[in-house]
Amino acid sequence: MLAFILRRLAQSIIVMAVVALIAFMLFRYVGDPVASLLGQDSRLEDFEELRERLGLNDPFYVQFGRFIGNALQGEFGISYRLQQPVSELIISRLPATIELAFASATIALVFGLTLGVFTALKPRSFASGVIMTLSLVGVSLPTFLIGIGLIYVFAVELQWLPSFGRGEVVDIGGWRTGLLTETGLRSLILPAITLSLFQLTLIMRLVRAEMLEVLRQDYIRFARARGLSKRAINFGHALKNTMVPVITITGLQLGSVIAFSIVTETVFQWPGVGSLFINSVQVVDVPVMAAYLMFIAFVFVVINLIVDILYFAVDPRLRVGAGRR
Amino acid sequence: MSSTNNPAVTEQPRSRFQRIWDSDIFFSFRRSPITIVAALVTLVLILSALFAPWIAPYDPFNPASLNLMDGFTPPNSESMMGNYFLLGSDHQGRDVLSTILYGSRISLFVGISATLFAMAMGISLGLLAGYRGGTIDAVIMRVADIQLSFPAILIALLIFGIARGIIPPSQQENMAVWVLIIAIGLSNWAQFARTVRGATMVERQKDYVSAAKLIGVHPLRILIRHVLPNVLAPVLVIGTIGLALAIIEEATLSFLGVGVPPTQPSLGTLIRIGQQFLFSGEWWILFFPAMTLILLALAVNLLGDWLRDALNPRLR
Amino acid sequence: MRKLLITASVLALGLAIMPASAETIRWARNSDALTLDPHSQNQGTTHTFSHHIYETLVDRDVEGNLIPRLATEWSVKEDDPTVWVFKVREGVKFHDGAELTAEDVVFSLDRARSDKSNLKQLHSAVASVTAVDDFTVEVKMTGPSPLYPNNLTNTFIMDKGWTETNNAVEVQQAGSTDDNYAVRNTNGTGPYILVSRDPDVRSVLKINENHWAESKPAITEIIYLPIADNATRIAALLSGEVDLVQDVPVQDVERLAGTAGIRVETGPENRIIYFGYRLGEEPLKSSNVTDKNPLADSKVREAMHLAIDRNAIKQVVMRGQAVPTGVATPPFVNGWTPELDAYPEKADAAKAKELLAEAGYPDGFTITLDTPNNRYVNDEAISQAIVGMLGQIGIKVTLASRPVAQHSPLIQNAETDFYLLGWGVPTFDSAYIFNDLVHTKEGQYGAYNPSGYSNPELDKKIQSLATEIDVEKRNATIAEIWKTVQEDRVLLPIHNQVLAYAMKDKFTLAVHPENQPRIYEVTIND
Repeated sequence: MLAFILRRLAQSIIVMAVVALIAFMLFRYVGDPVASLLGQDSRLEDFEELRERLGLNDPFYVQFGRFIGNALQGEFGISYRLQQPVSELIISRLPATIELAFASATIALVFGLTLGVFTALKPRSFASGVIMTLSLVGVSLPTFLIGIGLIYVFAVELQWLPSFGRGEVVDIGGWRTGLLTETGLRSLILPAITLSLFQLTLIMRLVRAEMLEVLRQDYIRFARARGLSKRAINFGHALKNTMVPVITITGLQLGSVIAFSIVTETVFQWPGVGSLFINSVQVVDVPVMAAYLMFIAFVFVVINLIVDILYFAVDPRLRVGAGRR
Repeated sequence: MSSTNNPAVTEQPRSRFQRIWDSDIFFSFRRSPITIVAALVTLVLILSALFAPWIAPYDPFNPASLNLMDGFTPPNSESMMGNYFLLGSDHQGRDVLSTILYGSRISLFVGISATLFAMAMGISLGLLAGYRGGTIDAVIMRVADIQLSFPAILIALLIFGIARGIIPPSQQENMAVWVLIIAIGLSNWAQFARTVRGATMVERQKDYVSAAKLIGVHPLRILIRHVLPNVLAPVLVIGTIGLALAIIEEATLSFLGVGVPPTQPSLGTLIRIGQQFLFSGEWWILFFPAMTLILLALAVNLLGDWLRDALNPRLR
Repeated sequence: MRKLLITASVLALGLAIMPASAETIRWARNSDALTLDPHSQNQGTTHTFSHHIYETLVDRDVEGNLIPRLATEWSVKEDDPTVWVFKVREGVKFHDGAELTAEDVVFSLDRARSDKSNLKQLHSAVASVTAVDDFTVEVKMTGPSPLYPNNLTNTFIMDKGWTETNNAVEVQQAGSTDDNYAVRNTNGTGPYILVSRDPDVRSVLKINENHWAESKPAITEIIYLPIADNATRIAALLSGEVDLVQDVPVQDVERLAGTAGIRVETGPENRIIYFGYRLGEEPLKSSNVTDKNPLADSKVREAMHLAIDRNAIKQVVMRGQAVPTGVATPPFVNGWTPELDAYPEKADAAKAKELLAEAGYPDGFTITLDTPNNRYVNDEAISQAIVGMLGQIGIKVTLASRPVAQHSPLIQNAETDFYLLGWGVPTFDSAYIFNDLVHTKEGQYGAYNPSGYSNPELDKKIQSLATEIDVEKRNATIAEIWKTVQEDRVLLPIHNQVLAYAMKDKFTLAVHPENQPRIYEVTIND
């Protein structure tokens, strides 16, 4: 177990380094930060001077080395755009994104599991067919259209829910939460639904497929033959054995929920790390972009590690040497 | 994958595939009206995109033929210049119906090419990883893990950004479609690789492969003739669903402002443009392209769904 | 029962008084101020925000005239044309209670022109700043600078003591690693005091009860909300979640104006939208004509000028929210005349084609047009329309659309053949346009002139504008320069941008020509 975790850790570090390298390559091409930093009154020498000061004239590997060196000390520099320490910015935005991701993951899990189990137990029913078809609409709609559509219907036309922002937040030991106020909760509804639709469909279909597969297994037939109650079979055996892949995929998808939130946060002006990233891309705020990508990489690494360990815990038959899946 | 232990029957996998194709598929196809509708819709959309230059009443990609004063004509009416627009015109005086036809052409081209690219890459890497195992396998699968955990959109953005830097500014617009294809393709190959690898590993253990190896059949031949047919079914399913994803991904990239030039819009670009007119009353500029995109993605998804059930492989 | 009645009447009374005594406005625009340090960024959104907390020596009214703010009067010193004398307003207090004196003004001007300030270009002609007495400041220039006060409308005055105490004398710069106090804290003399700020999310300002001005603003609390997405911002106004939207997309103006309870104010911005092109002898980088530059021929440039239907762009692309023009300067600017402004009412494709044929391009040529897609009002759509119009005379244009962060470097590094650019004129004088857009690209000049246009005689005239104190003579030179610029078709102007602000109809706020609305000027209608 320990050796396994250590090996995974080593691999994770390599992953982080690769991400950092790719991220860094990207920044050279998204635009010139100097152009967005200086206004139209600036002169050529100002550009040159600023470029020199930001170290943009140094060779690529020197810039990269400097970035890694600082990152190792948890130092991501000062945002070009907002002139505040990047780590502070990201930490202050993180609660918003985490609450949004958490809320949408909960929606996706609860509805995904319920509907998945339902459609698996009654595969031939009319309702299942409707659910299966409708769920495809969920993955056939681009996230941004869902968001804009929900705003149009629920904020503008019906005026039931807020169209943007997080509402009022309460500061609890540095964690600003919107879960404790009415406006905060109301603001959460539309973005959380928008973000959850894709995952919901995914989880539902996964649960259904796994359940159907498991229900065909011999041990389920034996259980039936032994006269166990339907309930015990479906939930005690079938569903439990479905959980391994569901945990894996849901876990792996958490990273993508956080990243998908880029679009959702932009549409709803949700003050999380995703909208911070998009705002930074527009003005080529390199320190923020770099830190964000490293953060995403970090989340991915941690989630993978947890999933691996969970795997171990849930299904001890699995051995690392044989590959994960 | 079920099984034979008889090394002599090397043709078995292929014939089994054929058998499925001949019987089950068409049975389930006939039984599912919604699938028939989806197939019809897909066919109509693909054909009309293919023949857009002959069907479309206008050529929206030829800027010289446009007249600004045709702009914002509502559906089923004539502009003040006397031109008729069935689905209305947009802010540049382009016929919405024609832009949809031409736009689906680009969306489908990007989607299909990107999926084929992802498929080719995923299959080769998956076969390689599954067949060789060891370090190569570990490396490929780790890279696939990274790819799977990173959102496709972010990866595509990354690749798009890098391409922008490498290609000289004057060439970027001509290359945009190809860059999109590569970006979307590279962000979707891992699903294929993972599935193919799994199937290959199972297949590799089997006696007929060892036997083939023993009599000196080239590994490549073994892979192509014997292993590949066994994994085609799941690959087809992933490919169909991947196609729908690729089309949506292209739309999202366009929404985020990277994509094909606005003078030659894809469905996604049309939606990005139309979205500006959501509150101003010109609903048709957004509505028709959006419906087309949804219809297309839904139909392809339904087909994929049916394929999955029909071929019934154990998929993730 | 009686008690209840009293409570009720007190409540009613309270409600009745409320509008007069406390009025909050929720003000949304597309982006946030970048910093609270008033000398660190020379950027409109940041200045707009700062104007509510800090104040400048001089200000500009909605017509564009200079008006007193912290300076009560200013003039050139009688016996020395290189010295400007400013009288500082007396009895002004900073938010922390400190009194404003000449010392603070000297400190602030020095800070604004220090090496790390982004405003230093506006003060490049300043030699030294001294306090003559407690309320008089003399600014010594390196030569006669008749227009210097025009450069002061965004140079904010800080408290010397506060800034020094908090160790913020040096201006925060991009790329520095230390955290500067002035970036997040303020102590100005302005009509509002910062209560809280969450960058990109929400800033709250409350009224400064001790402000020097006699008339108090109608708005007592400002909640500033950046909302980046256009549709979301308009949705927030329609759903009643905000009261004032500053950046209204032109296509939404009509719908909003027709919505009950919403008022839309429109007005011209001091910003010209134009196309520039490479017109030197060197062949273009993006054309099928590889042996020479078609645009070097003035007939081709004339043909392009004639091919563009500016009225159609105004009517369709801009929904009427633009003022088409034939000259690359807004009407606010000194040097603008109605004659220069004239432009062809309709496109003349036949004449344009004729000119192209005369120039030797009967079948036209190809070229790439670089356009930003997130900077000016409908920038991408304007460029797209131009592609069509030029296509009609045979010039096949490929459109390359990029975010401004990728677009600007192309212009600064002269890597573009044909481009769209917008140009604001904060000094309200033509020299500002000539210096950057017309003068040969060298040294301090021509920073945004990638065209390769170089006219030494014209350059000399442009340079003379900076020091000429005879107003008549100076204006004559400006007219001469414009004449040459127009004849040579150095720039291809399209229109002046029109701005729209949308608000709940109980508020009124006129459009500011530099898009710097002042909330303290908002009036409340009953």
